[in-house]
Amino acid sequence: MGEKTDVWQGTLALMVLKTLDTMGPQHGYGIARRIEQTSGNLLVLNYGTLYPMLLKLEQECAVTSEWGLSDNNRKAKFYRLTGAGRKRLESATQDWQQTITIVARFLSPAEEA
Amino acid sequence: MRFLRSFWVRLLGLARVRRTNAEIGAELESHLQMHIDDNLRAGMSPQEARRQALISLGGLEQTRQALRERGTLPWVEALLRDLRYAFRTLLRTPGFAVVSVLIIALGIGASLALFTVVRSVLLRPLPFPHPDQLLALYGRDGKSGNTVASGDFYDWQKATHGFQQMAIWRWTGYNMAGSAGELPEFLNAGAGSWNLFSTLGVSAALGRSFTPADDNVSAARTVMLTWSFFERRFNGDPSILGKTIRLNTLPYTVIGVLPAWFQFPDPKIQLWIPWQVGVPSGDLFTHFDHIGYVIGRLRPGVTSAAALEEVNAIQHQNYVRLNGAGPVVDAAIARSLLADIVGDVKTPLLVLMGAVLCLLLIACLNLSNLLIARAATRRREAAIRTALGSTRTALIRQQLTESVLTCVAGALLGIALAVGATHWLILRWTDIPRAESVHPDALVLAFVVGVTLLAGLLSGLFPALSAMRAGILAGLQEGSRGTSAGASRASLRRSLLTAEVALTVVLLVTAGLLYRSFLLLRSQDVGCITKNVLTVNFFLRGDTYAKPEEILAFDTRLLEKVRILPGVRAAGLPNVVPGGGYYGDREVWIPEHPRLPSGEHIFASYRTADPGYFSAIGIPLLRGRLFRDNERLTRDKVVIVNQTLVRQDFPHEDPIGKHLRIEWRTPQGESYEIVGVVRDTAYSIGKPPRPMMWLPILSGIPGATGDVTLVVRADRNVASLALPVQKILAGLDPDLPVKQVLKMEQVIGDTTSNSGFSATLALAFAGLALLLAAAGLYGVLAYLVTQRTVEIGVRIALGAERSRLLGMVLLDGLRPALLGLLLGIAASAASTRLVASILYDTSPLDGTVFASVVLTLLLAAGAACLYPAWRASHLDPVRALRSE
Repeated sequence: MGEKTDVWQGTLALMVLKTLDTMGPQHGYGIARRIEQTSGNLLVLNYGTLYPMLLKLEQECAVTSEWGLSDNNRKAKFYRLTGAGRKRLESATQDWQQTITIVARFLSPAEEA
Repeated sequence: MRFLRSFWVRLLGLARVRRTNAEIGAELESHLQMHIDDNLRAGMSPQEARRQALISLGGLEQTRQALRERGTLPWVEALLRDLRYAFRTLLRTPGFAVVSVLIIALGIGASLALFTVVRSVLLRPLPFPHPDQLLALYGRDGKSGNTVASGDFYDWQKATHGFQQMAIWRWTGYNMAGSAGELPEFLNAGAGSWNLFSTLGVSAALGRSFTPADDNVSAARTVMLTWSFFERRFNGDPSILGKTIRLNTLPYTVIGVLPAWFQFPDPKIQLWIPWQVGVPSGDLFTHFDHIGYVIGRLRPGVTSAAALEEVNAIQHQNYVRLNGAGPVVDAAIARSLLADIVGDVKTPLLVLMGAVLCLLLIACLNLSNLLIARAATRRREAAIRTALGSTRTALIRQQLTESVLTCVAGALLGIALAVGATHWLILRWTDIPRAESVHPDALVLAFVVGVTLLAGLLSGLFPALSAMRAGILAGLQEGSRGTSAGASRASLRRSLLTAEVALTVVLLVTAGLLYRSFLLLRSQDVGCITKNVLTVNFFLRGDTYAKPEEILAFDTRLLEKVRILPGVRAAGLPNVVPGGGYYGDREVWIPEHPRLPSGEHIFASYRTADPGYFSAIGIPLLRGRLFRDNERLTRDKVVIVNQTLVRQDFPHEDPIGKHLRIEWRTPQGESYEIVGVVRDTAYSIGKPPRPMMWLPILSGIPGATGDVTLVVRADRNVASLALPVQKILAGLDPDLPVKQVLKMEQVIGDTTSNSGFSATLALAFAGLALLLAAAGLYGVLAYLVTQRTVEIGVRIALGAERSRLLGMVLLDGLRPALLGLLLGIAASAASTRLVASILYDTSPLDGTVFASVVLTLLLAAGAACLYPAWRASHLDPVRALRSE
């Protein structure tokens, strides 16, 4: 992972991939709303950062995109997870869980003894 | 990996940037619409719904920009823009573009060609496994190196531990004649110890290599063929394995063929014979006949110094034990096999490489100068662009793009030039070793890419920086009033010019020294007649010439027939002619003199001759007499010596009637009476004369008198005698091949042609440099005059004398030339020592050369300055003032 240090970017990519994984093909606005909902509206997403991230993922062949119609019959670009994207999601999930475990160990005083 | 792929995707993204732009707009628009829909549904007013949607997007234009940047590589786009712009600029001034591209092509082409040769000859490792383990070993007498005696070699091989293997070889040659009336042919050959090939790490491509059983005096005769000989003479038919070929009339069984890439030590070698078979048996275990080249392969982890120390210890024992008995070397010398093969070519090659790099630098400076001149005319453009918000880096980048583009175009042309030039170099430079391995490779490619970029940056940097220095306002103002413009730019151009002239002077001096040395070398007197003299070289060997009477009969019949050929003035039979090489020497003792102290020896170059040889080739007799006709077969106890031998060994006495004891006919040696003294001749052009002695070739001793060079002198057109002479030879012995037919001029030319070649080449480079420097000088001065048109017009209008104006402008142009000349002379005085080792009889500070360089440069500079100066002094003041 080239962006290991950049935690925010790393997590945003992870969230986007996970969202696409659970929801299936989705447009950018839908992804953004879904991320906000899932976070219990704790995350305020700047939608402007989402689109460059989607383009980056597409350039890296983690997602593909095509035009389609939204639920309200609006033309929108739909993103879909590719096989490579799914693999990447798996490894990113593992990485993230490992990170959580490690950080949790540091933070929980009981483990020290 | 992911980064790389993303990079590529983005690079490809450039191709569809327009579509992406439209898409970005559509996608963001649809996003906004959906968000607005949601907001409306949540009960906002239409305006508020749109405002909120825009806020959470973080600005439409910013997002669009972020996406665009993500979608493409901004610097690639900028580069493409710069390139397009540079292309257009260059096309707008095609004359300028063509001149600059040609200048750079010349510089890059020449340096690329030479670098290809340098890389292949000096830098590429030898084509053997672990080539760094291979050492060439020589004997050492006092300070100078010597080839190795076979006896020494066997001692070293037996008693050292630092080497995996040690092998010995030497040059030899065989007459080959087919059994079925095939054409006879002389073959250069090598005689090598059985392990030579395994030491080098080579195995036979067909059949087998030599074994210890082959490398034995009493072994059945075997031979290995080189691939080129195998293909040429036997059509590459493997059925030759196991068959015999006749060499010097004796049958040799072909046991193997060497691989095609194996051309050690020289592609001229056609076949290999085992050492003990190819060397006279008397030479095999002696420590006194230094005949072989030794190659050792170090054990891993053993340094060459450690290995050499061991060899030296053994040789020291030999020296102590045998010093009184004969000439034995006291130690050994080792150097890497690569250095040994490259040998004498290294310095001239590096000098030429330096010369072309100088030329390239001059070409860059010249281009730089041209670009500065042009930047001056585009100053307003630069100023306006800066005023409109173009950054300085953008301007510099633009300038560099242009110069790099010029250099790339130059490099492309230069590469084409270099391909031809490399080929030509190899053809002409006959003594270059490893010529077969000369071809471009990755390093050469890297070199040309590096040199091109460097040249582009170098020639673009000065103009770019100078364009920067002038402020915007000054640029705009200057452009509007063409007075005393760009003073700093002019001084920059003068400094570049000074550097250019200085480099040119260094080149001229170096080339001048090389050429003068070559002229001296060529005019050196070899000590005999060289006009209208033909030499025909052959070897009497094998069963046919096993008895003295047979050799004598051949020699006398040949001379009789040749002497009566129409047009022949004289003919003679030596083994080697003056200028024909070192050939060999022998130890001599003077019975009339007291014994020399132990360890001191007298050597004389060994020659043979018939009675008519000296007058045939015009070597004058100084004292005594020449050989007599009846001094033949066993009545051969007479010897003729040269001046140097007399000067060295009979300084205060008459040598005539004294004797030299020589081991010639028999190993124990006989005394030969000195009957004559002849004038010195050079064994090789440019080498000091050595003590030399001639023994009667008509003694007919098999082996000793078998090497023959027939010398024929005619009144005119001696070349036309070559065929009749060869027919006579074929008539006497149809199986006898002729090795070489050369005019004396060619024999001597051979030894000087290579130094002549490098000298001519260096001179050509220097001439080009001079041309470039003169063009640069002219350009700068013409530019200055144009810049000062108004000023000069005012001066004339106010009554300045035209001759003084002429002087003023001339001085203006000559000042950087003179400064450059001084710097160049100083630099040459310091640097020419580097070429001292390849100069013949010429001091690196040779006054004639320096003086003529100064003169040439002043003339060229004067010529370049004269026209602009003349134009300045003949300005029409009215028109000049109007030109404002």
